[in-house]
Amino acid sequence: MIATWIILLFAFGYVALLFAIAYYGDKRADMGKSIISNPYIYALSLAVYCTAWTFYGSVGRAARTGLGFLPIYIGPTLTAALGWLVLRKIIRISKVHRITSIADFIASRYGKSMTLGGVVTIIAVLGIIPYISLQLKAISTSYLLIKHYPQFAIDVNFAQIPFLKDTAFYIALLLAVFAILFGTRHLEATERHEGLVAAIAFESVVKLAAFIALGVFITYIVYDGFADIFRKATDSPELKRLFVFEDRPGAFIDWGMYIFLSMLAVMFLPRQFQVTVVENVNEEHLNKAIWLFPLYLLAINIFVLPVAIGGLLHFTGSVVDADTFVLTLPMAEHSQWLAVLVFIGGISAATGMVIVETVALSTMICNDLVMPVLLRRFSRQLAKRSDISNILIVIRRFSIILVLLVGYTHFHLIGEFYPLVSLGLISFAAVAQFAPAILGGIFWKRGTRLGALTGLIAGFVIWLYTLVFPSLVQAGLLPPGFVSHGLFGVTLLKPFQLFGLEGFDPISHAIFWSLLLNTGCYIGVSLFNAPTAIEHSQAALFVDIFRYSGEIERPAFWRGRATIPDLRSLLEAVLGKQRADEAIAAYAKGQDKDWERTVEAEAGFVGYAEKLLAGAIGSSSARVMVSSVVKEEPLGIDEVMDILDETRQVIMYSRELERATNELKSANERLKELDRLKDDFISTVTHELRTPITSIRSLAEILYDNPDIDILRRKHFSGIIIHESERLTRLISQVLDFQKIESGKVEWQVTNVDMTNIIDEALIATDRMIKDKNVTVDVHVPDQVPLVEGDQDRLIQVMVNLISNAVKFCEKDEGAIDIALMVGEDRIQVDVKDNGIGISPENQKIIFETFQQVRDTSRGRPPGSGLGLSIAKRIIDFHHGHIWVTSELGKGSTFSFTIPLPKEKWAL
Amino acid sequence: MTGDKEKARRLTALFLLGSVLFSYPVISLFNLPALVWGVPLLYAYVFCVWAVIILLIALATHKGSRPVGNRFSDRG
Repeated sequence: MIATWIILLFAFGYVALLFAIAYYGDKRADMGKSIISNPYIYALSLAVYCTAWTFYGSVGRAARTGLGFLPIYIGPTLTAALGWLVLRKIIRISKVHRITSIADFIASRYGKSMTLGGVVTIIAVLGIIPYISLQLKAISTSYLLIKHYPQFAIDVNFAQIPFLKDTAFYIALLLAVFAILFGTRHLEATERHEGLVAAIAFESVVKLAAFIALGVFITYIVYDGFADIFRKATDSPELKRLFVFEDRPGAFIDWGMYIFLSMLAVMFLPRQFQVTVVENVNEEHLNKAIWLFPLYLLAINIFVLPVAIGGLLHFTGSVVDADTFVLTLPMAEHSQWLAVLVFIGGISAATGMVIVETVALSTMICNDLVMPVLLRRFSRQLAKRSDISNILIVIRRFSIILVLLVGYTHFHLIGEFYPLVSLGLISFAAVAQFAPAILGGIFWKRGTRLGALTGLIAGFVIWLYTLVFPSLVQAGLLPPGFVSHGLFGVTLLKPFQLFGLEGFDPISHAIFWSLLLNTGCYIGVSLFNAPTAIEHSQAALFVDIFRYSGEIERPAFWRGRATIPDLRSLLEAVLGKQRADEAIAAYAKGQDKDWERTVEAEAGFVGYAEKLLAGAIGSSSARVMVSSVVKEEPLGIDEVMDILDETRQVIMYSRELERATNELKSANERLKELDRLKDDFISTVTHELRTPITSIRSLAEILYDNPDIDILRRKHFSGIIIHESERLTRLISQVLDFQKIESGKVEWQVTNVDMTNIIDEALIATDRMIKDKNVTVDVHVPDQVPLVEGDQDRLIQVMVNLISNAVKFCEKDEGAIDIALMVGEDRIQVDVKDNGIGISPENQKIIFETFQQVRDTSRGRPPGSGLGLSIAKRIIDFHHGHIWVTSELGKGSTFSFTIPLPKEKWAL
Repeated sequence: MTGDKEKARRLTALFLLGSVLFSYPVISLFNLPALVWGVPLLYAYVFCVWAVIILLIALATHKGSRPVGNRFSDRG
């Protein structure tokens, strides 16, 4: 076999290559030419889901349970289908609110609650420990295997060796160094690590290539293709059982449970959240990633069963651990270089997971656990320090070391007793506890902080009781009676058959109880607990993210006062001077010119600063930091009312807008109507002008052509010509009059006038018309009529119009017109009554409108321009009077108008 | 936006389809110790359904990104 030092050289060379890629990725990102901004790299980075569990553990699982390894990869495929709905929403929310971890997400959703952030962090860290221990186990075992070649079965009791002599301990320290160098070189405002993602994507390629190479080698070189392996397996009843589900009750339920569990895990594992959400460059990349990622999973799983069967066939009767088949098979076949490739593949699978997971966890520990405590204790002192970013980085580095050391301890004490997959599933069950709070949080506004907290704690306690405590029994830390007889010997409390539930395997059993209680508490407590104002506003911002994402800078719940210099120094302390300056400049660009000179920060800037800080130290910490320099007035009922008021105002504005639109619409309608009327008017007037002109012309022609026409007829014709010319003049002067009144060019001659006089004058003017039609006219005027103020000529014009109108609609010889003048207390009323054809009710409404003529098809157009009444109305309007008509068809009409008596002076 | 909604609908339908095909009782129909094309029936079934679902997701995301019917214009 190849010497150990060469293998180590390869391992370190591989890690050096990773560093080179990460360095290049960061460099390109600084230049603004991202190498990870495409869907393929994004999909590959999602494949960090496949760890040593997949690489080594799947084969082990397949060797024990057949297809039992598969649900873990089918679940993510189903999640991917829903990714467009769920993941896109989570990504959008996180981008808008600068959320950098799961803890931050949950804390932010439920009112930026520090407690919640802390609880989520604790669950995540404790939950992930077995998962990290799994990676350590895989790496150290594979290293020992390669080292002890040609011995395939190593029987080391890790718990017995002092940790300073334990390879796994050094591996843990090495991984910590990697993670620190990759993930916490400097503080990012958005927690995005382009170089890291590039390296992870590369690792995904390496582990897939290594596994496929192994699969092809076993299936097609050692054996003769799939069919050959499976045919050989059918000969052994022991192997044939791997072709179907395990023959036990609950096998199907477990299968479904695992699919469900992995659906949740692929969203809520801290490292998956990191690569899927935090490191996402562009939402559109989801489009391709949601089928490329499942495709990757399918590819890496195709050879799992053949390799497992190959291993079982090869090592029949020996004690080789199925979890090591991937490595021991090529070793047994003396294919040393392939073994090295597989070893590197295993390292890439494990390191990728450890690096991303610890970086994600360290962000949580720092932002949601340590910083809030520090801030609470020393907020004043911290706000004055200028090097908070250094403190943050130190906290994160220590968190990474801590997480790995705890992971190592777990491996040392417990991990070695479990197959790889079982360790990972314990972690899956832990992160699944986040599902109700997150999924409920983004689709259900009513979920409250208390509900989420109760649910998480309930789920977590069940998880501890049903999965973690039994593992402590295995490690000898708890008495074995706990598992076999239940807590205090109570059978109902047996951790694997809680409340007597049987037929599930431990994981499904734990998932069922923990998620049931978790969801139940979340919904139940939420419903019996009213959300506070800030929970309410955050809930709306999260659930309706696609509606609100445009207007996020305005913090709805910030009613405080702060100075810009204070905030600036805060930003400089956390982000460093250069980045703080850039961020402030970016904000100032959107403001007025003299924004720079203002001292008092407005709510918008406070919110902006808080959001920037949230990117670096988490939303709840950012809130505490900002409030250390802001004199925030607690949100009282008045502020809530203010906010409600603002909402109401917005609604009112929109209503006003609607009304204005309606007004405009009706004005437009009116204009169109007027336009139509004007057209009618022009055709009426021209028609009316043409009739007299035609008769004048034809009569004049007759007189011209027949000089010897007799005097009587000549006189008759000339009479008609004169009459028609008068009519023409009247018509033209009416049009001119109307035009004058409309444009306000009339000079009104207001004097004291006697209405009796006006009636007389009008009768004289219309005398001829009355006589022509042989209409009788009665006038009733009281003896004493007070004078009114008005324009004599114009009032006569009104009377003339009314009288001639009455005459026009009377039958010849039978017409009777009744003119009456009445003196009221404050006005004089004049009625002109006729016994003509009458006016229909709908026409009564429009008769005073400009250009309107009563149409009557049977009689044709009545003579006249249609202007008389509208001129009359305008004159009466000028005199502050009223004009109206009462009429019944066939029985005549009464036109009335009033003129006020001059009790007080008019404002003329 | 219509495209987005349409896409979401199709993908949700695929999720439901996958959920049904991968769960009891449908999957139990293929739980037989037989070989097809030299491969265990259950194994072949799971991988085939899996591949088809992935293919359909790919089609749904790519079709959905442009409005349906755009390719056929009335101009002839």
